[in-house]
Amino acid sequence: MTWVLVIVMVVATVLSDLLQSFEMKRAGEQSVGARGVGRLLRMIGARRYLLLSIVCLAFSFFAFMALVQSAPLSFAVPASASSFILETVLAKILLHEQIGVRRAAGTLLVLGGVVLLGK
Amino acid sequence: MPLSTRTTRTYFLLVLFLALRAFGNLSLAWGTKHLPETLAVDPMVYLRAMLHPGIALGIAMLILALLVRLALLSLADLSFILPMTAVGYVLAAVLGRFFLHEAVSPQRWLAVTLIFAGASLVSSTPQATSKPEGPQ
Repeated sequence: MTWVLVIVMVVATVLSDLLQSFEMKRAGEQSVGARGVGRLLRMIGARRYLLLSIVCLAFSFFAFMALVQSAPLSFAVPASASSFILETVLAKILLHEQIGVRRAAGTLLVLGGVVLLGK
Repeated sequence: MPLSTRTTRTYFLLVLFLALRAFGNLSLAWGTKHLPETLAVDPMVYLRAMLHPGIALGIAMLILALLVRLALLSLADLSFILPMTAVGYVLAAVLGRFFLHEAVSPQRWLAVTLIFAGASLVSSTPQATSKPEGPQ
């Protein structure tokens, strides 16, 4: 059951992140000042992909809630990072972000640590 | 926006996001572990669980963290933000160890060191590489 929850959480997170990043890049720079939050909320309502990303996030969140109830926090949170490589690769392919050697090495190092942490 | 202001704002939002998410997760974990019933597929169980003060506080902090992250994504690339927020996994281990009294093995602390090394390597690279498509 633990790993079923991890898989549901990871797939939903990857979908949510890609949709969010794609839509926010199209929206341009946003701020979180006193007026910024209201504008940010209105902007979320007006963008379909952002709403869809929030639905994915909800699925991911409920899976996470069930996971932290039975598993330690120091397992559940690192397990959520299983989405890491998949997301970085998809950010490159779908969002056309440039992944340099340093950045790829850093990402792999972080992933290695996260995998070890989850053991 | 001048580059230095943009960088300062990016790091400020990053720190705010990390703190909100780490303590939000801690509060949520503490709350779910003190629930009388097991969370399963039934949505009613989740709705009842949200009335628990620890879970409600955790959710409020995580929602705020999500809004901060949206602003962060508009300033920097996903592939920059993801490795940087990996510091959050370290925070989870530290908070789990000290507040929830979880046993964290030497192997897990080694993993924590690896994560810090990876995150600092990534933090020295540019934050935005793709061209924004929206209006400037």
